[in-house]
Amino acid sequence: MARLALTLLLAAGLFAACAPAGAEELRPYTVVGDAIPQPLTGTKGDATRGRTLIVERSSTCILCHSGPFPEQAFQGDLAPNLTGSGSRWTEGQLRLRLVDASHLNAATIMPSYYRVEGLMRVGNSWRDKPILSAEQIEDIVAYLVTLRN
Amino acid sequence: MRIALCIALLTAMAGTTLATEIPLDQRRSGYSFMSADTQAMQDEDTANPGMLFVLDGEALWKRKAGAANKACADCHDDARVSMKGVAAHYPAFEKTLGKPVDLEGRINLCRADHQQASPFAYESRELLALSAYVAQQSRGVPIAAGDDPEIAPFVEKGHALFIQRQGQLNLACANCHDDNWDKKLAGSAITQAQPTGYPLYRLEWQSLGSLQRRLRACITGIRAQAYDYGSPELVELELYLMTRARGMPVETPAVRP
Ligand code: HEC
Ligand code: HEC
Repeated sequence: MARLALTLLLAAGLFAACAPAGAEELRPYTVVGDAIPQPLTGTKGDATRGRTLIVERSSTCILCHSGPFPEQAFQGDLAPNLTGSGSRWTEGQLRLRLVDASHLNAATIMPSYYRVEGLMRVGNSWRDKPILSAEQIEDIVAYLVTLRN
Repeated sequence: MRIALCIALLTAMAGTTLATEIPLDQRRSGYSFMSADTQAMQDEDTANPGMLFVLDGEALWKRKAGAANKACADCHDDARVSMKGVAAHYPAFEKTLGKPVDLEGRINLCRADHQQASPFAYESRELLALSAYVAQQSRGVPIAAGDDPEIAPFVEKGHALFIQRQGQLNLACANCHDDNWDKKLAGSAITQAQPTGYPLYRLEWQSLGSLQRRLRACITGIRAQAYDYGSPELVELELYLMTRARGMPVETPAVRP
């Protein structure tokens, strides 16, 4: 077990060392259990901006998910409906699901929105950038926690 | 004993990789996911915009070109006879190059070697028209690519690309087209990625387009670096898709949304 932890640490270190120069600095975060309790930015996000982001196609969420977005005719059905996310999960759990869902389920198809390493052949325009910024993640988390029912 | 165990293990492993592959009796062309209107457009030659390209292709087939001043028809005569079933076997192994070439690649090899003409650019009207004309001669013929034993390693490479996660969204073709083809990505039906109708008329493109163009669109969709037109990787993906679709009828020129 200790050996495994060490190997993981080493592997993580290697990834970090291999990250190309000029890669956008991601803010450090701490995973506690299945959550990231602290905001990536140090402050809470804005739920209104978060909702706007989710329904924009460019955030990619509604390609797979549906949710309480009556104005959006085209929503995906590859993933759970986001209605009630805030009842099912705490703020910290939602944050980790957005930052790096593969941390919880290695086989998930949900992209890791705040990760740049361990990806293959990323296109030029997206290389070395997370899909969402730390601020955008916090806005979306702030919105998701309001989805209670 | 040891060997028996190894075989058992290997079979078990092969089983897991095949688990997500689409069973033969569940394979469906992209056609079956379309609205009745779009299906009617494909079914009715007079309504199918792809047929204009086929007509252009027929004219090009008969037109002399290059320093050799020869037309395709000078070597191959009547395409309705000589080209029947040909496209169903592509991509095919090309001995002189030691690798597979797709139909567009074959047409350009004929231009270079037999017509002594310059190759057509990918997605040029000429290359789309000629490949549509040639492939239309296989309409209804079951796909039979990948027979040649020499081509097997390239099919395997194509398969490896198909199941490789890539891009900023970190998705593999198989995540959508093997595992989620009965679902919707935003408004679009995720089809099984069956390559039965190419080149085809895509309403979104307002044009005919090749299978390589479609593959590049999906690769860019997952925010990965698209392979260049004509690259070995795209031909290997085309080859894998065609072997995966073995037995399904050719629909060229198909229509898609
Ligand atoms: C390519 C598909 C895909 C995309 C894009 C995607 N997700 Fe997910 N998401 C999933 C899947 C599948 C699950 C189910 C859990 C798993 O697979 O680990 C999930 C789970 C979740 C959950 C937990 C749901 C629950 O209650 O169980 C939340 C919250 C979530 N996603 C939010 C988002 C947000 C917000 C975005 C965009 C920023 C997003 N997802 C983008 C596929 C996706
Ligand atoms: C996130 C989901 C997703 C991924 C990953 C994906 N595709 Fe697709 N693909 C689609 C959707 C959705 C369509 C239907 C497009 C439309 O009509 O808008 C499609 C269409 C296709 C078609 C056209 C089928 C037809 O009927 O003409 C082919 C071929 C194809 N994809 C191959 C691939 C390959 C190869 C890869 C990997 C390099 C890939 N796709 C990755 C979602 C995906």
